[in-house]
Amino acid sequence: MRVFSEIGSYFLLMYRVFSRPEKTRIYWRQLVLEIEKLGIHSLGIVAIISVFMGGIITLQLTYNTSSPLMPTYLIGLGNRDTLILEFSCTVLSLMMAGKVGSNIASEIGSMRVTEQIDSLELMGVNSASFLILPKIIAVVFISPILFILSVFCGIIGGLIAGPLSGVVTVAEYMGGIKTAFVPFFVTFSIIKTLVFGFLIATVPAYLGYNVQGGALEVGRASTRSVVSTSILILFFDLILTQLLFK
Amino acid sequence: MIEIKNIKKSFENRPILKDVTTLFEKGKTNLIIGQSGSGKTVLLKSIVRLIEVDEGEILFDGRDIRKMNFNDLKKLRQEMGMVFQGGALFDSLTVAENVRFPMDMFTSMSAGEKNKHVDFCLDRVNIKGAHHLNPSEISGGMRKRVAIARAIALNPKYLFCDEPNSGLDPVTSILIDNLIKEITVEFDITTLINTHDMNSVMEIGDNILFISNGENGWEGNNTQVLFTRNKKLNEFIFASPLSKRIRDLRQREDDE
Ligand SMILES: Nc1ncnc2c1ncn2[C@@H]1O[C@H](COP(=O)(O)OP(=O)(O)OP(=O)(O)O)[C@@H](O)[C@H]1O
Ligand SMILES: [Mg+2]
Repeated sequence: MRVFSEIGSYFLLMYRVFSRPEKTRIYWRQLVLEIEKLGIHSLGIVAIISVFMGGIITLQLTYNTSSPLMPTYLIGLGNRDTLILEFSCTVLSLMMAGKVGSNIASEIGSMRVTEQIDSLELMGVNSASFLILPKIIAVVFISPILFILSVFCGIIGGLIAGPLSGVVTVAEYMGGIKTAFVPFFVTFSIIKTLVFGFLIATVPAYLGYNVQGGALEVGRASTRSVVSTSILILFFDLILTQLLFK
Repeated sequence: MIEIKNIKKSFENRPILKDVTTLFEKGKTNLIIGQSGSGKTVLLKSIVRLIEVDEGEILFDGRDIRKMNFNDLKKLRQEMGMVFQGGALFDSLTVAENVRFPMDMFTSMSAGEKNKHVDFCLDRVNIKGAHHLNPSEISGGMRKRVAIARAIALNPKYLFCDEPNSGLDPVTSILIDNLIKEITVEFDITTLINTHDMNSVMEIGDNILFISNGENGWEGNNTQVLFTRNKKLNEFIFASPLSKRIRDLRQREDDE
């Protein structure tokens, strides 16, 4: 029962978020700040994690599938498709739910408990739209960029780790990367990252916006937002995979 | 002018405001006094509809705020300024940006005009050289004063102050009281102030509403308050030993 009322108030909040902004120029300024804070500051960690994961996936493929019957181009191909289909969208989104989601929940939650949101409302500002809309746009905009960066870095990671292990040469690996490329996989994953990006911004924002109490509750909302967002990401991964691959 | 009629508010069956009816006049400083926990903040937030009351009417110059839709409410709120008990400054903005925020949001002033007005507002609350500091880098009393500067930045028609001078030294406290009084008279606005400060009560108490037990305990002005025979109010305003002695002396004089 509580789930339904939560879903109801989530959509009510979204309705307020997407109503017309007061002053577009200020929203632009907010948007630029959010893109910097939520997006640009995530580039480094995404790149590092992806290089390592690309390397690890390549090594795993190399050691677990090496047999004389197995063509070596499968290593590059396997790494590429793992990155594109699941790692660079789903796993990365789970990570972003931890990094960006907890940040959004605690920022908005502490604004709630220190009456800054009341203060905005009292000035006649639509606080929901002012605080949340720029974050949604920023995260949804940056998600596909992070996806592309991640795939790219993951392939580089494989390119470093694969030939170093000696099982696959640079030429074989690169050959694999170019073999049997399905452009639809990329479209599919970009659709997923857009949906996940929306969840990463809105679920923590909703939980933060409705905090009642003090610092303790803000911490709790932050934890809850990571858990809920992660579950929702996996749930929507399942749904979207079923819908788009049918 | 703000008129409230039979306001009632409970939190989880715990009644905080049982029945409050009063009139806050324009061009006057209207004080709400009462013990800590008596519901002053709840009353103030109910009036501006940050808290939804259970029953009652709240009329801003005849307009019932409880019946307004989202857009009308937003318009009415642009005529309000409020100083929250904790200041509620935006902590991602500097002091100057906080005061400039309402101007950015609702006016088409040029950057130069805005900066001049920010200086003017901060000067009025006696803040100097703190423009570029963050709210976390200034003292509690300074935060209160910046909040006042922000609340008066757009010359509101209705000004709400929740304990504007708690945490301030006596000198600054008087400065803030006088500033609020000055603005109220100068712009002919309706000002509501929550306070426990007896100095403020005596200095700027044009109308005083004493809340006790969630009801109007007493109403009057700063001269009447000294001679009241209301037992609860007497206990409240003559709580300190010094004022008790003054009261006893006065009573002895009365008896003689
Ligand atoms: N959101 C809320 N939920 C439940 N109870 C509340 C809520 N807000 C206030 N109260 C209760 O209402 C009562 C009055 O609180 P209020 O903050 O109005 O007191 P106050 O008169 O402003 O006190 P102070 O002078 O200390 O600021 C308190 O007992 C408080 O516990
Ligand atoms: Mg209070």
